[in-house]
Amino acid sequence: MHLEFNVEGGDFSNAGSASSQIKRVLKQLNIDPSVIKRVVVALYEAEVNIVAHAYRGKIDAEISSSGIVLKLEDEGPGIPDVEKAMTKGFSTASKEVREMGFGAGMGLPNISDNSDVFTIDTIVGKGTSLNIEIKFR
Amino acid sequence: MKVSEICSLIEGVVVIGESRLDDEVEYAFASDLMSDVLTVKIQNFILLTGLCNIQSVRTAEMSDVPYMIVCRNKQVTPDMLEIAEESNIVIICTQYSLFRCAGLLYSNGLKPVY
Repeated sequence: MHLEFNVEGGDFSNAGSASSQIKRVLKQLNIDPSVIKRVVVALYEAEVNIVAHAYRGKIDAEISSSGIVLKLEDEGPGIPDVEKAMTKGFSTASKEVREMGFGAGMGLPNISDNSDVFTIDTIVGKGTSLNIEIKFR
Repeated sequence: MKVSEICSLIEGVVVIGESRLDDEVEYAFASDLMSDVLTVKIQNFILLTGLCNIQSVRTAEMSDVPYMIVCRNKQVTPDMLEIAEESNIVIICTQYSLFRCAGLLYSNGLKPVY
């Protein structure tokens, strides 16, 4: 099953709606609730990152019997230092993002914690692509 | 502890989810930082927070948190209620501070996640 969503940068009122829809689909497929939680937490963190840091982005979700592959591509500033961005506590988030309860520098490490496979490709000035894979068993 | 007992202890008002007053809650987590809530591995705990916006309810939805206490008389908005209804989340509002709620609930037997 293939699902696609568009995400607008700065649109905090809709941040999480793609994650919410994917959660609903996974529940309908009777996936283990602890696995669903890992998927939606990783996806929600990544979706909020697009809203918080990019101009716009796209989420592709490929669901098979063995797991889910999530690809998130954004047009945005990119990440100048991925290693630094993966450090717990490091954040470049704005005041607005922090007021929403995010921007504590925990997002990328938390995506990594919840994923079986997690890769970041980024080009400064162009954008960032995340690949997140989580097995159902 | 029953949700109804939690409400009595903190003088809370249920703004959505009244049908779940008899539900039993064992664990609680208090934070205004949603990034921190998203790192909690267990499910079915009660979230105490002073953050009252659409992302606090979204975070509850993503984290499988079925119960939320919003402290210090914050106004729950219609879009928050909509998400809470879709996701079957109980929201309790109280005039008490986060510190006071946490103290009361901990001393009456709710367990900390960590």
